[in-house]
Amino acid sequence: MREYVAALAVAAALLCASLALAQHEKPPAYKYDKDALVYAELSKAPQKARARRNPLEKDPDAVAAGRNLFEQHCTECHGNLAEGGRRGPSLRAEEVQNAEPGTIFWILSNGVVWRGMPVWSKLPEPQRWQLVSYIKSLGVAATVPGALPPPNSATASPSPLR
Amino acid sequence: MAIFSSRLFFSVLFLSALVAFLPRSAHAQESPYIVTYDHYLEEPGNLEIEYFSTFGTQRGGNAFHAYWMEFEYGATAWWTTEFYLDGQSTFGDSSVFTGFRWENRFRILKREHFINPVVYVEYENIRGADKILKEVEGHDVESDYASPNVVLRQDHNHELEFKLLLSGTHKGWNFTENTLAAKNLSNNPWEFGYAVGASRPLALKASAKRCSFCRQNFVVGAEMYGGLGDPYSFGLHDTSHYLAPVVAWNLPSDWTLRLSAGFGLNDNSHRFLLRWGVSREITGFGSMVSRLFGGQR
Repeated sequence: MREYVAALAVAAALLCASLALAQHEKPPAYKYDKDALVYAELSKAPQKARARRNPLEKDPDAVAAGRNLFEQHCTECHGNLAEGGRRGPSLRAEEVQNAEPGTIFWILSNGVVWRGMPVWSKLPEPQRWQLVSYIKSLGVAATVPGALPPPNSATASPSPLR
Repeated sequence: MAIFSSRLFFSVLFLSALVAFLPRSAHAQESPYIVTYDHYLEEPGNLEIEYFSTFGTQRGGNAFHAYWMEFEYGATAWWTTEFYLDGQSTFGDSSVFTGFRWENRFRILKREHFINPVVYVEYENIRGADKILKEVEGHDVESDYASPNVVLRQDHNHELEFKLLLSGTHKGWNFTENTLAAKNLSNNPWEFGYAVGASRPLALKASAKRCSFCRQNFVVGAEMYGGLGDPYSFGLHDTSHYLAPVVAWNLPSDWTLRLSAGFGLNDNSHRFLLRWGVSREITGFGSMVSRLFGGQR
């Protein structure tokens, strides 16, 4: 009986912990600050990484394969159209779309672990390049459907790459 | 008590199966290892529900089927927490619930490196009848598991287990090494163990179409694990060791199947351990729970 009670207690503790994390609401301004911090990570890519060219740039299947991978791994955080979601920033912002393919590949490989973006090096290198192909194919979205307007210019995202 | 606990285990199994059939899920990209860990953590907010079985032969006793459920939750991008429920059936003997484990893995470095360390901390509250062999430590040998369940259940272990996971991925190959140190919270010495593994997907590029039998959905490899004694008798003397080819099949329908055939490498080891597992990852579980309680994420 003691194991039963202990198992239930641990399960309840885990549920409470996950609830506490999940209930932690973030006001829109905070979200924009957080997005800006994530975009700022792009500027930290080493020069060698930035200079890398996408080896699948001319692969006709790369964008379609990248779209599959994106739907499987990225939409939960970045939204179905990469317009940004609950956890992740828009990938159609200028900061991302103007970044070199090598920079995006570097972010995918290294994540932004302290800001919630996991490391995606578990996807083999060609699959990460396929994702880069798809993301770059999206282009900049002038107005993203369903996106919240920036709270004010002071908290708007900086453009670390320009 | 045993019947009650077995009911608990199978009730949780049933509920988990229901949850796993919920529509929102993520295509898994899971490693094939069953004992060894790599450095990849669960994505934040995702819950992975896993069921595993170990079928083992036993010299001087009856063969057994041990099983466990895992609930793996990505608390953050650098912290994964996991809860286990263990049970086993020994042929010609009985079925027993053997305890629970609570495991946490913490990523140390914020960027990807050649070798990536992850710290693993686990609390175990298990009976001596536990036979899932999720890790092999100290002087664990086959004969430890030969007694009837009614005897093995008398032994109740509270244990803390620490691992340093060192793992890296290069050109599609994952190489990982786990060093284990476990301390029974009663007056027992530290025990040590190891696990190493290597794996690679059959294809590195994804296909443009979703498919079940594409080569990139299959990850194959091998793992080796065993005990390293205790501080008074460190080394390979009176320890057991296993070598197991492993394969994972990551289905586009969001399920992952794993299979491992383990072979004992010395006379102290079970001759054969057949393991298999099935898992499903539920995307945004944290958000779903939050919405259930009125949150907005």
